[in-house]
Amino acid sequence: MTRLLASLRIALRALTVNKMRSALTMLGIIIGVSAVIAMIAVGSGAKQRIAEQIASMGSNLLIVLSGSSTSGGLRFGSGTVPTLNVDDAKAILTEIPSVKYVAPTLGGVAQVVFGNQNWSTVINGTTPEALEIRDWPLSSGRPFIQQDIDGATKVCLLGKTVADNLFGGIDPVGQVIRIKNVPFTVIGVLAPKGQSTQGQDQDDTIIVPLTTAQKRLFGMQFPGMVRVIMVQAREPEVMKDVENQINDLLRQRHHIQPKQDNDFSVRNLTEIMSTAEQSASVMSLLLGAIASISLIVGGIGIMNIMLVSVTERTREIGIRIAVGAKGRDILLQFLIESLVLSLIGGTMGIGIGVAGTLILSSFTQWPTLFSVKAILLAFLFSGSVGVFFGFYPARKASMLDPIEALHYE
Amino acid sequence: MDSLIQVHDLVKIYSLGEVEVQALRGVSLLVERGEFVAIMGASGSGKSTFMNILGFLDRPTSGQYLLEGINGENLSRDDLAEIRNRKIGFVFQGFNLLSRTSALENVELPLTYAGAPTSKRKEMTQKALSEVGLKGREHHHPSQLSGGEQQRVAIARALVNRPAILLADEPTGNLDTKTSEEIMGIFQRLNREMGITIIMITHEPDIASFAKRNIHFRDGSIVDDYKNLAPTIAAVGGEVK
Repeated sequence: MTRLLASLRIALRALTVNKMRSALTMLGIIIGVSAVIAMIAVGSGAKQRIAEQIASMGSNLLIVLSGSSTSGGLRFGSGTVPTLNVDDAKAILTEIPSVKYVAPTLGGVAQVVFGNQNWSTVINGTTPEALEIRDWPLSSGRPFIQQDIDGATKVCLLGKTVADNLFGGIDPVGQVIRIKNVPFTVIGVLAPKGQSTQGQDQDDTIIVPLTTAQKRLFGMQFPGMVRVIMVQAREPEVMKDVENQINDLLRQRHHIQPKQDNDFSVRNLTEIMSTAEQSASVMSLLLGAIASISLIVGGIGIMNIMLVSVTERTREIGIRIAVGAKGRDILLQFLIESLVLSLIGGTMGIGIGVAGTLILSSFTQWPTLFSVKAILLAFLFSGSVGVFFGFYPARKASMLDPIEALHYE
Repeated sequence: MDSLIQVHDLVKIYSLGEVEVQALRGVSLLVERGEFVAIMGASGSGKSTFMNILGFLDRPTSGQYLLEGINGENLSRDDLAEIRNRKIGFVFQGFNLLSRTSALENVELPLTYAGAPTSKRKEMTQKALSEVGLKGREHHHPSQLSGGEQQRVAIARALVNRPAILLADEPTGNLDTKTSEEIMGIFQRLNREMGITIIMITHEPDIASFAKRNIHFRDGSIVDDYKNLAPTIAAVGGEVK
């Protein structure tokens, strides 16, 4: 222990003798560590934002879109022509055991009026399960229930953006708004969800019972038609199976011949999202790897300066060996020296990396995320760079021949 | 009781490329405890090689060397370092002190490598410094000390571990006559009062005259070995200042 402390003191003194040299050597490590910290923060920030967006969308989510139908040679895009109906949704729920919830949805844009305020927003008619599927709690009021569907009651839930624009500071619950001139009672306000991956404001919406939407707002030639069916699978592993089973089931129900195209499409949004998440992971890994290279270059700088230092101090090493320093004493002394260099550099690099990232994210609005693990890892990495690149010069010093070293000029 | 130093038929051959240089050609010698030996000889006579072997800094090509019965032949590098640390004190011509390091820390160095506890280190260091008359100069760095003072720091460093033998390689080579005599005074006092065995290389007969025994080397062999019955007594350095 006393030997270790003595070695530490010797190392610190040796480093302060050549202040400029030590500082420049440390600079390599400082740049390396701060680059690693900043890159990991940017990478994990991006990853976290995507993960939040996935969570806000609802987990294990499949979306069945109607459309892609052909009518007299014209092909329509997905969702433009309602080819799905409520019975399709019921069939999906009852015939595919891995399906937990379904929510048939019919929506459209409409002007909404309250008092002298008005606002254009997306009205979604759906069933109570929609809120379960999208994992969307209320911030006030109550959700609608099966009776509202059965009775096609004129009640609605407001997204936060709509509530803010129509009501300002007033509590909307219990108030009556007009959608397409039909009066609706506000029974609840949805908790804010923020932007979707596409940058849409998910809170700019009103949810009403499906039957009300069908009868009062978006009158259909064919009753029971819906544009979208949201499906939640029980667990992520069965997503692919459920997707295939929905395809088979709906082809059968819609009497589609083997060579005909589907008049609906199934989208696995979770899959799309996790692909995005994966690419963000790869991205942050790549950024981290590039930053690590600069840390390794910094390590080579340490090795270089330690080799110079060993040569310069050959005589000192000779004296130490002559008066009884063993190989490991000399090895330890120089290892500690390079370790101190790299750890001081590492600590400063963490500070500069954190500060730099905060400045960067405040200018660019990039999401960044620091983790204790990443910072600790960068610190340990810089330490191991010090030991790794310090080892060769230290070993060289410990192997010096005392007679030659004592006569070194 | 065995002699402190037993050297038998020591041979050292250096290979410089294809040429072989025989630095020692069968040297035999006994040195008893409490002796003060001066080794003389021209450069190239093999006296420095002999000292390196006595100091366990180098190994002989053949022959035997025992220090207090210890044979370094089959010992590892680290084992030899430990013997040097505990049994041998070195004093060099060029002082070989660590620069930018106080006298105190220079003297303390062997104790650090011996792993002595801090309190004992401080005590022994102070004692060694006062034995060479450097009390009060502990915190000076080598660059702030005169040549004589630097050499005294080196002697204190050599003494601090209470070694069996003190090896001095031209200790006065870089010093003027007066300072040289001071250093010799210290050697004589350490030898007389503390019974420390000293082996010293010099090529100056004046300096050799302070020793109790003189050995002459020529071409790798001992050509003369005699007791100096009336050594010169140093006028200064014999008393603790």
